[in-house]
Amino acid sequence: MITFVPRDKVSKNWTIIGPILSIFLTVFFGLLIFTFLGYNPLETLYQVFLSPFSRIDRISDIFVKACPLVIVGTGLMLCFRANVWNIGAEGQFIMGTLLAGSFALLFPSVETKFFIFIMIVIGFIGGALWAFIPAILKTKLNVNEILVSLMLVYVAMLFIDFIVRGPLRDPMSFGFPLSKPYPDGAIINKIPFPGIGYLGQLHYGILIILLLIPISWLFVNKTLSGFKINVLGSAPKAAKFAGFKQNTITITVLLLSGGLAGVAGVIEVSANIGQLQPEVSFGYGFTAIIVAFLGRLNPIGILFAGIIIATVKLGADNAQMSMGIPKVVTGLFEGILLFFLLTGETLQKYKIKWSKVT
Amino acid sequence: MLKFCMRIFSLFALGASVLFFIFNSAFAGNPTKVGFVYLTTPGDHGWTYAHELGKQMVEKRFGNDVKVSVVENVPEGPDATRVIRELAKQGNEIIFTTSFGYMEPTLKVAKEFPNVKFEHITGYKRSKNVATGNIRFYEGRYIQGVVAGLMTKTNKIGYIGAYPIAEVIMGINSFAQGLRSVNKDASISVIWANTWYDPVKEADAAKVHIAEGADILAQHTDSPAMLQIAEKKGALGFGQSTDMSAFAPKAQLFASINNWGPYYIRKIEELKSGKWNTGDGPNHWAGNDWGGLKAEMLLISKFQNMPDSVAQKAQEALDGLKSGKINIFAGPLVDNTGKEIIPAGKSLDDGALWGMNYYLKGVNGKVPG
Repeated sequence: MITFVPRDKVSKNWTIIGPILSIFLTVFFGLLIFTFLGYNPLETLYQVFLSPFSRIDRISDIFVKACPLVIVGTGLMLCFRANVWNIGAEGQFIMGTLLAGSFALLFPSVETKFFIFIMIVIGFIGGALWAFIPAILKTKLNVNEILVSLMLVYVAMLFIDFIVRGPLRDPMSFGFPLSKPYPDGAIINKIPFPGIGYLGQLHYGILIILLLIPISWLFVNKTLSGFKINVLGSAPKAAKFAGFKQNTITITVLLLSGGLAGVAGVIEVSANIGQLQPEVSFGYGFTAIIVAFLGRLNPIGILFAGIIIATVKLGADNAQMSMGIPKVVTGLFEGILLFFLLTGETLQKYKIKWSKVT
Repeated sequence: MLKFCMRIFSLFALGASVLFFIFNSAFAGNPTKVGFVYLTTPGDHGWTYAHELGKQMVEKRFGNDVKVSVVENVPEGPDATRVIRELAKQGNEIIFTTSFGYMEPTLKVAKEFPNVKFEHITGYKRSKNVATGNIRFYEGRYIQGVVAGLMTKTNKIGYIGAYPIAEVIMGINSFAQGLRSVNKDASISVIWANTWYDPVKEADAAKVHIAEGADILAQHTDSPAMLQIAEKKGALGFGQSTDMSAFAPKAQLFASINNWGPYYIRKIEELKSGKWNTGDGPNHWAGNDWGGLKAEMLLISKFQNMPDSVAQKAQEALDGLKSGKINIFAGPLVDNTGKEIIPAGKSLDDGALWGMNYYLKGVNGKVPG
């Protein structure tokens, strides 16, 4: 049997060498696979890893793609730190978007951009309400939050589907499931740069990350509530002994992560889609789980993890456009990358111990 | 340690800039650059595969005079906008976006690149440099109805629909018209899969239809799953978008094949000769490029697994549709609640087809929503 035994001391050098070694191994196996499949390995690596950085507008698109991942990932970080397993951010994303979007459609002629802030608040409430269901079931009836939050994703997907096919369907859409376009006030504009114009899809919504990362860093590292969350996650008995209210913490982290997922949805749709449609999320809620762990449940780490994931996704598209490499191949590469990064991190903290099964 | 890291980093940066330089200068020459955006992969053996076949016809026809770029598995949202913009930026002169959900992304990017031509497949909004193309899929379904009506023993037809939108509903109604032209006792039951492509769901729907006594199956979803179930359970059915007889050699009666190639070729030729245009038809779904059997944008595969007499009737229907002798939606038309849609002597126009939210006689139940 294989068991993981925590190391007494985490080596400082390995915390730096570890990730470099992970990347090196990823590149090595990537080269191997691409060569065997008959693609020029160096060009493929260039397309997947570096081409997203090759033009300033491509770099902006990395941030656009990373934006929802980082927002949702930051919320999930709070849950996972407290050992609360919210797997349903995807559903909270959808419900936040839906509530804020329905609200926006009630005011077809609103123009002031101040309206966006109201939508963000409503999106937060929508996502938080959806996360409140697993929270209350967990704390009152001790129902497993993994199952409830995950299954509510499918409820949310079908619900938005029903809404855009029925009550909110644009009568001018020839029967297609699309809402009317959002009013001007509900649209997040792209950022104009003097002399250059727009950079890809770069929009004002990105700015929220600049606020979110420091605030969440301060929250988890410098406040009593953040401390309580950490203690509950790493030493539940100590938390109980110290008299922390476990239920209050569980509910709080679920509400916060659900709310942030909702905010991510509002920003994503207001900036990039501009109307409600059956699919608004494209798996951001699930990918953000990877982002949260890849970022070691740390706000700054999550920012970088979001950028890495976004880069590889964009790189995969570029590899397809310029070299015709199918997405399954670059998806494989993405898997290898995650495997080595997470293995490397685990081995830094744990020793592997082999023992006979008794 | 820090020094070591810096050295590694500078090596990395140097490598990157060299690579960047090499690849930036790699492409020269002047073939027409053509971009395609796919919703799924050609491995769906349905909708996207049909576009892939069209793309291959383009490559065969033009050879080195075109350079084709394809992006597959592009979700219908922000990713689509980014991918289409990237294709435009890379110098593609004409870009085919091959799913309905790319409509707004296509229009958005088209505004930013007034010199690039965009072809949106199955959309209804056009602009100066966005044209739309679509196929009269429903014509093939009329022939399916004729064959189903002659082949069914239980008089129960099982139909799997993707979503209750006008395009799918006009297909069901067209099937019903074909069915009732030869068999007034048979009727159609519809199961909505609520997906365009999900082999598991499609297979489940097929099993339910067969369990309820249907012996002929039809689908308006993309995978061959339904036919595979039919093959296993001894039922019969029709292939969708491409010839699916390889998946169901004993069950496929025939397939309606989406033939995009000639359309793509024509539009690229127009572009090369400077005659590309968006047409000036009415600004609804029909547009100018809504071709069917006559335009050979829709093809019918070999009639098989049916007696010669049935194949002959099917051929007659095919010929009649091509020559215009058969008008599928000619009055008098009554919906399945008995309400008159259109009196004798008149027939539905294209605009009315895109407004269909009712079932004609011969279909059970009512349109959801």
